[in-house]
Amino acid sequence: MAMATVKLSSPATNLLAGGRTRRSAPASRATVIRAAAGSYSDELVSTAKSVASPGRGILAIDESNATCGKRLSSIGLDNTEPNRQAYRQLLLTTAGLGEYISGAILFEETLYQSTTDGKKFVDCLKDQNIMPGIKVDKGLVPLPGSNNESWCQGLDGLASRCAEYYKQGARFAKWRTVVSIPCGPSALAVKEAAWGLARYAAIAQDNGLVPIVEPEILLDGDHGIERTLEVAEKVWSEVFFYLAQNNVLFEGILLKPSMVTPGAEHKEKASPEAIAKYTLTMLRRRVPPAVPGIMFLSGGQSEVEATLNLNAMNQSANPWHVSFSYARALQNSVLKTWQGRPENVEAAQKALLVRAKANSQAQLGRYTGEGESDEAKKGMFQKGYTY
Amino acid sequence: MVAASLLKSSFLPKKSEWGATRQAAAAPRPATVSVVVRASAYADELVKTAKTIASPGRGILAMDESNATCGKRLASIGLENTEANRQAYRTLLVTAPGLGQYISGAILFEETLYQSAVDGRKIVDILVEQGIVPGIKVDKGLVPLAGSNNESWCQGLDGLASREAAYYQQGARFAKWRTVVSIPNGPSELAVKEAAWGLARYAAISQDNGLVPIVEPEILLDGEHGIERTFEVAQKVWAETFYAMAENNVMFEGILLKPSMVTPGAEAKDRATPEQVAEYTLKLLHRRIPPAVPGIMFLSGGQSEVEATQNLNAMNQGANPWHVSFSYARALQNTCLKTWGGQPEKVKAAQDALLLRAKANSLAQLGKYTSDGEAAEAKEGMFVKNYSY
Repeated sequence: MAMATVKLSSPATNLLAGGRTRRSAPASRATVIRAAAGSYSDELVSTAKSVASPGRGILAIDESNATCGKRLSSIGLDNTEPNRQAYRQLLLTTAGLGEYISGAILFEETLYQSTTDGKKFVDCLKDQNIMPGIKVDKGLVPLPGSNNESWCQGLDGLASRCAEYYKQGARFAKWRTVVSIPCGPSALAVKEAAWGLARYAAIAQDNGLVPIVEPEILLDGDHGIERTLEVAEKVWSEVFFYLAQNNVLFEGILLKPSMVTPGAEHKEKASPEAIAKYTLTMLRRRVPPAVPGIMFLSGGQSEVEATLNLNAMNQSANPWHVSFSYARALQNSVLKTWQGRPENVEAAQKALLVRAKANSQAQLGRYTGEGESDEAKKGMFQKGYTY
Repeated sequence: MVAASLLKSSFLPKKSEWGATRQAAAAPRPATVSVVVRASAYADELVKTAKTIASPGRGILAMDESNATCGKRLASIGLENTEANRQAYRTLLVTAPGLGQYISGAILFEETLYQSAVDGRKIVDILVEQGIVPGIKVDKGLVPLAGSNNESWCQGLDGLASREAAYYQQGARFAKWRTVVSIPNGPSELAVKEAAWGLARYAAISQDNGLVPIVEPEILLDGEHGIERTFEVAQKVWAETFYAMAENNVMFEGILLKPSMVTPGAEAKDRATPEQVAEYTLKLLHRRIPPAVPGIMFLSGGQSEVEATQNLNAMNQGANPWHVSFSYARALQNTCLKTWGGQPEKVKAAQDALLLRAKANSLAQLGKYTSDGEAAEAKEGMFVKNYSY
């Protein structure tokens, strides 16, 4: 039903200045422009739909080695490859995970890793009907000419990287850039973020990967929720404009926005209902219904907050699948339960299922929050947090 | 459901929200200060008006022909272009009994907004009594666009704010601005950007003065291009238009759109079925229209009365995230005009013809139209090459 490519054979848009009095054909014939999705269109649409399926969301486990190291050291483990493998194995071999999780974002190392029994992680995922995804950006660096803001690198060699990842079994990609409200944000930072995302999205689609489009508006700051809404509207307007200019196929992308909340240091906290209202207002103003799924990041919210907020957004029907792509908000309790001990693996996996199921319920608007532990309610915001 | 009051309080002027707190020692203050942006004081009313026009089973009667164009209509039935004749014709239209069941808004030309009907009642009052929101054409027409490929741009921003404030006082609650894009002429990047920017500026000014802006970038039917070329151009035009409107802080919950349907050019060798027109058009809407926009009221642009109804019906065979309806001029008026012929004894029959078309389009908006019993007249195309309003 989705239209694949739009075939274009048409006069150019390049035109002459005045001087001609009669209507004339434009000076040059157009080159036929392929929509970025090209030959992968159908698969992109079907992958995106599968990830955006009812009652399911994304498990983000694409922490870089350095960041994964922080997680491991928080439970007293060294940052070694076997430890990272053990941790990811715990997560990815959880039986029944596929009932609540539709996609898992991996770091490059993990995409090529196997379980200790020698089964490829990508195969573990596929067996559970979980789409493997891959982080493809090369991280944040300072943006010259800005107000101490960042930009996200990664376009160089991206096409061949994506092609390789596709061969290895990845079917979606992720690129995370950030916008900082305390630093402005400057028009430059916003445009760079949007343009980088749009270029990445086009390249990803050209190589068979559904791009997750993630401009994270950082929680840092003491601004109120209305300021966040204003910035979010600006950011998403720029993003969609550039996605269109880059001929990205909207039916084959997913979004990963931050929810619209007050800054972490703002004097008033917002209720889940307020967050839902502001966030849905933003989505309705900026996201065309062709986009199949909107998978929110948790960005420092507690496990329970992240679930409550998602639930509030799903109290009535939306024109797109509204779901989750959580890292810390799915993993925190798991990690603490595991403590690096083999005898705790089963309990840790149960903890993962508890959170995955809670968010699944929230996606359906049916989460009740009974029986949540105190641990799950602890905020995870860290000022100046870097991935 | 999202409270409009939310929007009103969001943008009241506040103390500067940043710059006041100390950031990390090394961070310098940015060079520019962000300005808290006000949404219109009319926000609630705009949202309500837009919703009313975009109500199920209803659409817009476009009767905003300039005096010159109205003259062409009158001439086609042998009448002179006098104010009295224009008054008689417009009276006929707005007094059709029960029109408000199918028509939620009527776009007027300036003369008509200030006119009374033949019996002395104000035309705006008649409309309001019928449950029809009065609207007003506010643009000042198309003129050549310098530096383009013989393309046009739409004038009207000068004095627009005061013009609209006066129209609001006279009873208008929505406005309309029609610009055009020509595929045989490119369209050039310049023409598209100018069209989008003009629409966005007009929309912001309208909202500031209490009028819901109808946003109309008409992609002309002229040309021999296929439906995919129209689709490509429409995607570009709407991307630019929404971007420009966002930059101008237009409130999307308080606008209406008036697009052309996505069809092949009038001289293309392959025609398209209503199902194809619906498929391409809905795909365009899904890719470009955020759900905050309450209503999409299609123009008919030279299609026959029945084509315009069938195409609309095909677009409403499933639920849409926005009200998908009509804002038709010729496709509602054609048979009515011919039936009247300028004769007082034919007024009732002409009004019946209008109601017939209005009801057909109402059913099409609900996806329930069937073309049994349509007259041959109603099936005649009304495309005029190089048609100018």
